[in-house]
Amino acid sequence: MLTTLILGLVLGGTYALLALGLTLQYGIARIMNLAYGELTLIAAFVVVAAFQAAGIPPLAALIAVVPAGYALGWVLYTVMMRPLVARSESRGRLEIDSILATFGLLFLIQGVLLVSFGANFTSISYLDRGVNVFGVSVALNRLIAFGICVVAAGALIWALARTRWGLVMRAVALTPGSAPLVGIDVNRVARQGFALGTALAAAGGVSVAMYQTFSATGGVVFTMKALVIVIMGGVGNVAGALIAGLALGLIETFVSTTIDPGLTMAATFLIFLIVLLWRPQGLFGRG
Amino acid sequence: MTDLIVDNARKDFGGLRAVNDVSFTLGSGEIAGLLGPNGSGKTTLINLISGALPPSAGRIALGSVQLSGRRPDLIARAGVARTFQLVRTLPSLTLIENVMITAVFGSSSHWGSAARRVAEEALATVGLADRANAAAADLTYIDQKRLELARAIAAEPKVLLLDEWLAGLNPTELQEGIELIRSLTRSGISILMVEHIMDAVRALCPRVLVMNSGRLIADEATGAALSDPAVIAAYLGEDEDA
Amino acid sequence: MTRLLLPLAGLVVLAALPGFVSEYGLGLMIGAVTYVTLASAWALFSGYTRYISLATVAFYGTGAYVVAVLNEVLPYPLVLLVAALIGGAMALVVGLSTLRLAGVYFVIFTFGLSELVRQLITWYEVNVTGTLGRYIFLDISARGIYWQMLALAAVTIGLTAWIHRRPLGLALRVVGDDETVAAHSGINLARTKLIAFVLSSVILTLAGAIVSPRWVYVEPSIVFNPTVSFLTVIMALLGGANRLVGPALGAVPLFLTFEWLSANFPDTYSIFMGLLFIGVVFALPEGVLAGVDRLRARKLRAAA
Repeated sequence: MLTTLILGLVLGGTYALLALGLTLQYGIARIMNLAYGELTLIAAFVVVAAFQAAGIPPLAALIAVVPAGYALGWVLYTVMMRPLVARSESRGRLEIDSILATFGLLFLIQGVLLVSFGANFTSISYLDRGVNVFGVSVALNRLIAFGICVVAAGALIWALARTRWGLVMRAVALTPGSAPLVGIDVNRVARQGFALGTALAAAGGVSVAMYQTFSATGGVVFTMKALVIVIMGGVGNVAGALIAGLALGLIETFVSTTIDPGLTMAATFLIFLIVLLWRPQGLFGRG
Repeated sequence: MTDLIVDNARKDFGGLRAVNDVSFTLGSGEIAGLLGPNGSGKTTLINLISGALPPSAGRIALGSVQLSGRRPDLIARAGVARTFQLVRTLPSLTLIENVMITAVFGSSSHWGSAARRVAEEALATVGLADRANAAAADLTYIDQKRLELARAIAAEPKVLLLDEWLAGLNPTELQEGIELIRSLTRSGISILMVEHIMDAVRALCPRVLVMNSGRLIADEATGAALSDPAVIAAYLGEDEDA
Repeated sequence: MTRLLLPLAGLVVLAALPGFVSEYGLGLMIGAVTYVTLASAWALFSGYTRYISLATVAFYGTGAYVVAVLNEVLPYPLVLLVAALIGGAMALVVGLSTLRLAGVYFVIFTFGLSELVRQLITWYEVNVTGTLGRYIFLDISARGIYWQMLALAAVTIGLTAWIHRRPLGLALRVVGDDETVAAHSGINLARTKLIAFVLSSVILTLAGAIVSPRWVYVEPSIVFNPTVSFLTVIMALLGGANRLVGPALGAVPLFLTFEWLSANFPDTYSIFMGLLFIGVVFALPEGVLAGVDRLRARKLRAAA
């Protein structure tokens, strides 16, 4: 039972990190990014390739991958999303356009990953030795992955709550229409939000690469889980996403150890259904 | 008996009470103005009656038909039509289609030539008959307002809720608009109109309801209300804030 | 009358075509007509309402799987009926839980739906029946499949045309423009969307069921190929999702392009399709037909 709890928290940490990035992109940049899981996979594959080819440890790769994720997000927003934002008069139109454009992006990235890395499942064995945590043996790589999530999520939450930059971000998330009235450059903030979300996706990818087995076609599952977590936590609610992410990790680990590992997607959907029917504004949103 | 009965209607948004136990009755065929400074709860009240928002407490009924707690489409079918403060037309439909929808889906459920005839009459009433097959996306602001009114008329409603329908019109258009609304009251529709233009209120409404901070502070003859100290204070208070 | 006569004559010609083409040509025609059906059925719901469904293959694959499971147990017409019922029931569950809410919930639900169905069927087959693959032995010729699919395509487009002239069609267009106005005009939003979504999904499911004998061997990873959902959306968008023949117009050239790409560039076609998709969203957001209309209008203005 304790094993399930710890493994669940580790998995939940990764999910929470992924969901945080997605909620930034949707909450601040107003882009519903269906290619989010593929962005995560790019980072994961790069980390694996660097480890296998050059022996670069994932923790070292993290230092390069996360800023690279930020840069990729910056470029994606500027080249692809910004024109969509500019031509949409209404929020609904942007939502449809961004869903369609990122749906195309999903297949584009998936194609590139398939060509570059093949269709097989990939994993690495890195720091794969057990560490005793409360009497349970947990692989060190999982603990480090969890550490990455805690540090990244903690830093983000602190920055959003305590810094001037965070205040600006929250202002745009709440009222994009009136933010320009107080001198906020919404376009710049949206680009930062999207880029930061991509950086978090990359960090999540590093954490995935450290302890999970994954393949080039599995991005949908990551996106889906992140989306469900974002909705559970309430769109734009960072603390909510964190709690919901940990909860989903726990539930999924519980399902896969006690019932069947093949039913984790079903568990995700069941939670999604319950949230939709019971509290569509999110478990922690105000209703 | 198709009086609009609003009985202790209330709406809370979190800690804010936007509509605070408002009660009044609008008689069949009556026209009344709904006044009050910005943020006093007028549009929220319109939203409660039309079902855009469910009331937090209280009862709203049209004659013996309960409205509160029902979906907006059912309230529309019961005979309540409305316009929107920010005009909402359907850009991908033609004018006649824009108007036809309430004839088709409203209380009378016309279809085919019957629906078209009702829609054509409504378009003629607002002076858009010659452009029935034009796209709504190409209309000017005033014509969009006309179209929205035609859509409400084609519903053949018992009660019509106008949310600042006259706002933004130039003096000539305003006179036309006032005449248009007056012609509607002759056909027996009850009208509750949110309006800031006092000349229009004086010209059209024998009775006004005045709201301030969610409360109904006056419900009386228009002349009396406009010299009522409480009403004047409410408006002056707004001026000081603004 | 000519409005009916012309499509009917076209249909007769299309039905007679298998007599003049090779086995390979017939295979291409089946594929093209299948995608015409899928794109048209998708547009029947998503085109008017602008609720983007990404779950085409969830229904299509379910149809194929129902045939795989039941083809030796029930007579063929009954198998199709069961497939239609299951597809309709799935759509009801999805629709009832999401269509009351903002459109984005629907998109998210449909986004993961095929993966969910695929995992559930895989889990069931491995744990309950103990086999993963199934065989379809049905005595239906390629021509038979072609004619069935052609009929389904004709029914889909005919149904769309009929709905377009009914209150339901008007309601769907109003919903696509402005749901608030729709509700205050007396339109029952949830019921309108639900009816169209269920109709669309039943057709998608039937398309999968009809085409399934072509596969002979069926397993979840084959029938729940996400590319199908992807292609369906881009085809409908390219032609114009809110036009009667738009989806069909987009489906045929894109299907042929896709076949050519996957034959010549099996590794990189997904990259091409991704780029093409993004290109369509940016350059032709309303579809080719709307683009042609705009061009014509500009010419008229220039002439005047």
